[in-house]
Formats: sequence, C-alpha cells, structure tokens
Amino acid sequence: MEEAARGSLLDIESLEAAELLTLLRSARRMNPLRPRPLLRGKRVVLLFYESSTRTRSSFEIAAKSLGAQTVLVQASGSSIEKGESLLDTGDTLRAVGADVIVIRHPSSGAARVMAAHLDIPVINAGDGMHEHPTQALLDAYTILQHKKSLKGLQVAIIGDIVHSRVARSDCHLLSKLGAKVVLCGPPELAPDLAATIAPGVRVTRHLEDALRGTDVVMLLRVQKERLAGLKIDLNQYIVRYQMTLARLKLARRDAIVMHPGPINRGLELAGDVADCPQARILEQVRNGVPVRMAVLARALGK
Amino acid sequence: MAHLKSKSGSLLIKGGHLVDPAAGVNALMDVLLRDGQVAEVAAPGKIKGGADEKFDARGLMVAPGFIDLHVHLREPGQSHKETIVSGTAAAAAGGFTSVCTMPNTVPVVDTVEWVVWLQSPERGAIVNVFPVAAATRGSQGVQLSDFRGLQSAGAVAVTDDGKPILDDNIMREALRLGGELNLPVVQHAEDTRVTEGRPMQEGANSFRMGLRGQTAAAEASIVERDVHLAQQFPNARLHVAHLSASDSLKAVRRGKKNRVRVTCEVTPHHFALTDEDIRDYDANYKMNPPLRSASDREALLVALADGTVDAIATDHAPHALHEKEMEFERAASGITGLETALGLAITRLHKQHGIPIARILELFTAGPARVFNLQGRGTLARGSVADVTIFDPKKKWTFEAAKSLSLSKNTPFDGWVLTGKVMATILGGRVVWRG
Repeated sequence: MEEAARGSLLDIESLEAAELLTLLRSARRMNPLRPRPLLRGKRVVLLFYESSTRTRSSFEIAAKSLGAQTVLVQASGSSIEKGESLLDTGDTLRAVGADVIVIRHPSSGAARVMAAHLDIPVINAGDGMHEHPTQALLDAYTILQHKKSLKGLQVAIIGDIVHSRVARSDCHLLSKLGAKVVLCGPPELAPDLAATIAPGVRVTRHLEDALRGTDVVMLLRVQKERLAGLKIDLNQYIVRYQMTLARLKLARRDAIVMHPGPINRGLELAGDVADCPQARILEQVRNGVPVRMAVLARALGK
Repeated sequence: MAHLKSKSGSLLIKGGHLVDPAAGVNALMDVLLRDGQVAEVAAPGKIKGGADEKFDARGLMVAPGFIDLHVHLREPGQSHKETIVSGTAAAAAGGFTSVCTMPNTVPVVDTVEWVVWLQSPERGAIVNVFPVAAATRGSQGVQLSDFRGLQSAGAVAVTDDGKPILDDNIMREALRLGGELNLPVVQHAEDTRVTEGRPMQEGANSFRMGLRGQTAAAEASIVERDVHLAQQFPNARLHVAHLSASDSLKAVRRGKKNRVRVTCEVTPHHFALTDEDIRDYDANYKMNPPLRSASDREALLVALADGTVDAIATDHAPHALHEKEMEFERAASGITGLETALGLAITRLHKQHGIPIARILELFTAGPARVFNLQGRGTLARGSVADVTIFDPKKKWTFEAAKSLSLSKNTPFDGWVLTGKVMATILGGRVVWRG
C-alpha cells in the first residue's frame, strides 16, 4: 500500500499526541465568523456515500470560511450509482481539479484505500464502523472548553460501541491524551474485545460503574436497525442503560453530557437529559466548524 | 491424466542430496531419469553408463516434483486473472510439477467436456494439470454431478470449492458415491450462514478495523459434521481444503483415530500469518478462510509437524488489481501462492519452528500424491514418473511480486526475504524451469 498524501487525516490511531494537540490549538484560532482566506482558490470535494447532516454541512461551512470552493458529490445522482469504483471516482475528482477530498463512506477503510491511490490529501469524514477522526477532535475540543486538560479525566462512553466509528476514534484520542475511558453497554454492543483498542480503556456492563466519578458522559446513538439482528430487547436496553437525570447524578457534579448525534430522545437518553444544563450536544455541533477548518488548513499545508 | 509428452532421452542428476520421504531416502544420491521415468537411484558416482545430459546438483536438494492440491488457474472464463499457461509457469517456478485445479471457473467445471478441455495439450500447460471437478451441478449444491464420468475423464477429486456443500443429504450422498469410486470429496468448510459480511477473523484487529469478524467455529462446525458423515461409509474419502482452525484439526484427528478416511491440507499463508498482520485495509491480506488467530496458527504448526496435516497446498487464487484495490469488505478473496510456498515453508516451518526438511517435503510430495491417488508421483523410487524439483535450501532471496510469472500480483509477501529457492523443475525428465 502506498502512503497517503501529506495532510491526509485518515484516523486518530496513527496520529501522535503532539499532532492532536497542534490540531486542537489550530482549531482554537479558527473562527467561522471571521473568515480567513487561507484556502482561496482551492477546491474541496465533499464525497458522501452516506447521508449526513452535521458532518457535511460543517465541512462545507469550514471550507467556505477559509475561502475554498466546495463541490458536493453524493452516491445518488452521480456515476457511483452506475457502478463506478471507489478508486475511479477518486481519479475522476482528482482530474476535475480537487485539491482535497473529504470522504464519508459506509465501508471501513474506504478513506485509507482511496488515500493510498491518490496524490492529494484525503480526509476521512467517517468510514463504516472504523473511525470518524474529526468527530473525536471536536469532542476533545468541546471537553477542553470545560476541563483544563484531558489528562486524568474519566470519560464514560455508553451504548452501541461495536458499530460506532465515533467510539473508536474517541477511544484512540482520549487514550493518547491521557484520559481514562470506560465503555459501557450489553456484551452485544460493548464486547470485551473493545478494551483492546487502546491503553486505558476498559469495559463494564454496569451503568453505575461507568458513571461513578466520571467527568464526561458520552452517549451513542442506538442504531435500531442493527439491534434487530442482535436480538436485543429495546425496552431492556432502556431499563438498564438509558441516561436519565436521576442516573446522571451518579457522575461528578460538573460532568458534561455529550452525544455525536443524531439523538433518539427516549431511547439512549431521556428527553430532559438532552436539554439539561450539563448537555453540550449543540456545542459539539458548533465546534465541528473550527475543528474542520483546522483539519482542512492542515490538509493544504496552511 | 496429463497429456504432456515426456521426451525420450536421459538426464543424470549428480551430486545432489536426495530427499524422497515416500522411499525413506535422505542422503547424497545420483538420480538417472530415462524416457520419462526414474531409471536408477544410487550412491554418488555409482550409476554406470552415460546420459544425454547431466545436471550438477552439488550443494542442492533433489526431491520428487511438488504437487499442489489446490490451485485456481481461472480457465475457462477468467483469463484476465490467470491462464493455464501463466499459472503453470508460476507453478514451475515454485517447484510444482503437478497442480490440481479447482472447478469454480466460468462456467463451472462440472462436465466431462470441461475436464477433457482442461487437460488438452492445446492449453499449453507447462506442468501437469489434474482437474478437480465440481461435486454438484454448477456447484449449486443441489444435485450431484456425474462422478463416474468425470473421474473417467481424468478428474482426481470433486469439490464445490469457493462454496461449501452445506446440505447434509447432498454431502452424505457425495461421500457415499465418492467412496464407491475411491474419489475424494474436497470440502471448502465454511458455514456461509454465519460468515456473510464478515471478511476477517473476529479479534482485536477486526474490532480495531471496524470490520465484522467471523469465528473459527464457522469452519470447524462443518469439518465436524463432515467427519461424522464420512464415518458412515467405510470407503468414503473426505479431504478438508485449506484447513485453518484449531478446532478443525481436533475433528480431523478424531476422525483419523476412528479410521475415517479424512485428509487435510494447510496453506502457507495460514501457517505464516495471523489476523493481526492485516493492515491498512490491504486486500492482499484478505482470503477465505481468513487469516486466523495466533493460537490457530500455533495449532497448525503442531499439526504440520506431527503428521495430522497431509499436504501443504497453496490455494493459489489470482485476482486482477482492480478486484483487490477496493473497499476491504468488497474486495475479492484470495492470494497467489505458487512461487512463495517452498520459501515460506523453509523459512517459517524449518528455520523458525524446526520442522525437518524431510517432513516439509513429505507435505509437498508423498502426502498430496496419496490424498488424490496420483500413482507414480510424489516419489523418485525407481520406475516412478521423472518429475523432480531441485532446490537450494539455504539460498536467501527476495520475492518480488512484480516479477511473478502469474498474471496477477495479489500477494502479501511482496518484498519478503525467504530462504529456500527452487533451482530447477523437471517434468517427465525434461527441465522446464531453471532458477
């Protein structure tokens, strides 16, 4: 496999802590309300094989805030529908003049495979169940708005870990920056294997265990379509794992509540948890823009 | 049977170290080949009379021509991946004088006509081609093919390789009929009901990569069932293809102990690599069965050494670049293997794990010959076929996929430094490849 072009962001796992901190510092200097034409004349292609609200719109706003042009290519309505391969699509976008490709794809590893083939940077906007590196960065950015450092923090990630690219990226990032991660859910969703992903990550079945003393409560969307195959009783899940205001009291008093969205009110979290003062869910969305500005600027060497 | 004409004339292989596990020979010996047969084997310098040609094998090992029980040559129908010409050239370069071809071509080799076609001299094969025919029509797993006719036409075994025969009744019937004809039934043991959409072994790496993993039980459960079915017919011959899981070995051992006629093969990639070696979503690490866990690999090493395994087979599975360079879960399964098999076996099995060379050669020669009843092959006893592999067991070399004789370059071993290199491949007394 060829190396990816400089500036690519394919995963958190292969980045060092120093690189992560540089990106987070760079993000703090970005402000979409005060555009900087760092990427004037550059073309950012947003190649989305899956639907997306947050990631797509925030990448687009981020690119435009930096003065770049954006082109959105979606699976439906493009040659992808006619069976064009991933790499041929990459070549085509390169040929029309893309300077960077932001790709969202349902297959794990798709961004890596495309990056190995192209000489322009590729940014992973979520690949299958593998990673979602910009989400992890914006999660860290959000936490750092409320906590001095990630070092020594306890972060509980609750819900469907096994199918979650966000969980994988968060585990890598939090581990690299010195936080302790507790993954929580039934074995079908939070298998014991998950603890092997990075140092400082453990798995528990008990919500109380995950919440006690925790600084950050991160909830994941329960993906109903996947639960069907696993024969998990949704009601049982709610009984054991749904985040409620009462349960939230087990966490530290200053704990914040996060969720990568889209949220299912009444499923992984009670509606009032989403709206409580500790919830930072919309703040996460807002922070996606400066973080993605930093990632795009890095991609093009700015 | 192969139709390659052996040249009349004689060739004296002088000064080599002959290892012929079937004959129990492991010593310096000269070997005289004449008119396509082994005419004489004797201590160095003891063979009297001249020969038309001589081969100086000093410092080299001389072995019966290697036999690969599991090769995909992709013809008919998929000549963009491999042809009989290119695939048998790669076989010769790897020291294989006989290859057994899998029937999952386009169309499937399920008729006498295709079995004959594969063996026709017009195909231009450089080594012997022994067709394995489909066990069921179109390998659909519903209706048995004409075992008797296929065998008369030259098929050495039957299989639906690429797919398992899942239906208990069909498998039972295949084993019964195969037993009557002394025809091995080769099973690709995979419970496809539980492997769908799971492109690798379940473990830390599959979790990390975000790929759904399958368990070794998907293989072992089928092997267990098959051994159980084969036990019902004293003459049935079950051969487990590309066995990769520790629990499958347990079933095979149990079968052998209970006098079931069960044999198995192991691929070089399963004894050389594990699921932890998969990186960067490189589909050259994607095969079926998938690379297994370290403990499965350990179990294979034990079984290769202790005699449980009957043959090393490559499962040479060429694919074009565009069929591999894609999303891992969508990419084609399989890798090429003919040219790296001996080097991997000597490097990993002998040097790293201390398995004697003679045992390794048994797995390349006498073992596979026995599994598919290849009479007169797999040994260099006097009167046997003059198929010989001469190799340097100490020579280090770097495998470069780009220089492979296979049409396809899909291998995870590109750039590997291997010990043990084929120096000459002799078919029917004629040198067909020289290193």
